[in-house]
Amino acid sequence: MPVSVTNSRLVYDALKECGVGLLSALPETWLVHLIRMADDDPDMILVRLAKEEEGVGVSAGAHFAGVKSAMLMQNHGFLASINGIVSFAHLYKIPLLMLISYRGSFGERDPWQTQGGNVTEPVLRALGIPYSFLDSAATATKRIQQAQTLAEGSLQPVALLLTRDLMWEE
Amino acid sequence: MLRIDCLRSIYPELENSLVVTIMGAVAAELQSLGHRPNFFYLQHAMGLASSTGLGLALCLPEQRVIVIDGDGSLLMNLGSLTTMARYRPRKLLHIVFDNESLLSVGGFPTATSTGADLEGIARAAGIPRVNTARSVETFQAAVTEALRGDELTTIIAKVEAKGPAAYVTDLSLLENRFQFRRHIQSLKK
Repeated sequence: MPVSVTNSRLVYDALKECGVGLLSALPETWLVHLIRMADDDPDMILVRLAKEEEGVGVSAGAHFAGVKSAMLMQNHGFLASINGIVSFAHLYKIPLLMLISYRGSFGERDPWQTQGGNVTEPVLRALGIPYSFLDSAATATKRIQQAQTLAEGSLQPVALLLTRDLMWEE
Repeated sequence: MLRIDCLRSIYPELENSLVVTIMGAVAAELQSLGHRPNFFYLQHAMGLASSTGLGLALCLPEQRVIVIDGDGSLLMNLGSLTTMARYRPRKLLHIVFDNESLLSVGGFPTATSTGADLEGIARAAGIPRVNTARSVETFQAAVTEALRGDELTTIIAKVEAKGPAAYVTDLSLLENRFQFRRHIQSLKK
């Protein structure tokens, strides 16, 4: 599978360095190695969800418990989580570190991913969610640390878009 | 059976637990009995109270966590039953007040009014212990037993569709949220 193991490891290690102790996840192709790494890590609480919006509640519970968390999801999962983000994370000022695989963007072959790709950034902007891109191994670690710091500092959701350039090896 | 009577019957038992409730009548009625710093009322985001309780229970496995859910909220997030059952935290108690109604918005009947069986759904989702209570006495006994036990439990309490006179309280959402987190952090010291 041409999902980059090396860059998945880079992302996972950066989350660990930030002190992330709980990951919620719903599998998608680009996330498989990240989820496996969490599953193999005895110090990580991995919560496999039925639907991504549950992850907002799980992360809120973790925040109340004093545990830093991150959410692994596809952009369609982000779209499925919007009410939870607005009516919980925004309403109650809950920090969320959302790692969102940016499917349906440049280079996408799967027709079913393309509509979600079109609307991902406009929806993030409409919700007022600060976001950035994980698009190179050189900057990914620092950007994850910065996103985590901003989420905790501002008590709000912050998104990192996992791009094809980082996650996929043609 | 009235929800307020059920809540009153277990109120003393809530003292040493972390309690997460849904919005509307449940939140208002519990507050009317007396707010405590270990109570968090999720006044929106229907469906996510159980997910919040799961997150708490997974991060604090020795801490008793009680979610007070409702039929309308649970029906919006049935997948949460499967996620809770998957990890089955031993000290998580999930109470569902089933009044077969979306009471807060005017009493529209939910699918439990036409036969959807939350006990059956919870059991089939894999929740290891599931009860239905139809009287305050059986409800109180089921909660007491679950709190003494060491197994993820869902209790469906069939209650009348009657709520409080008012839903808005003087506790602001953010005050409640910060107080709840601070309370949990104080338990660690």
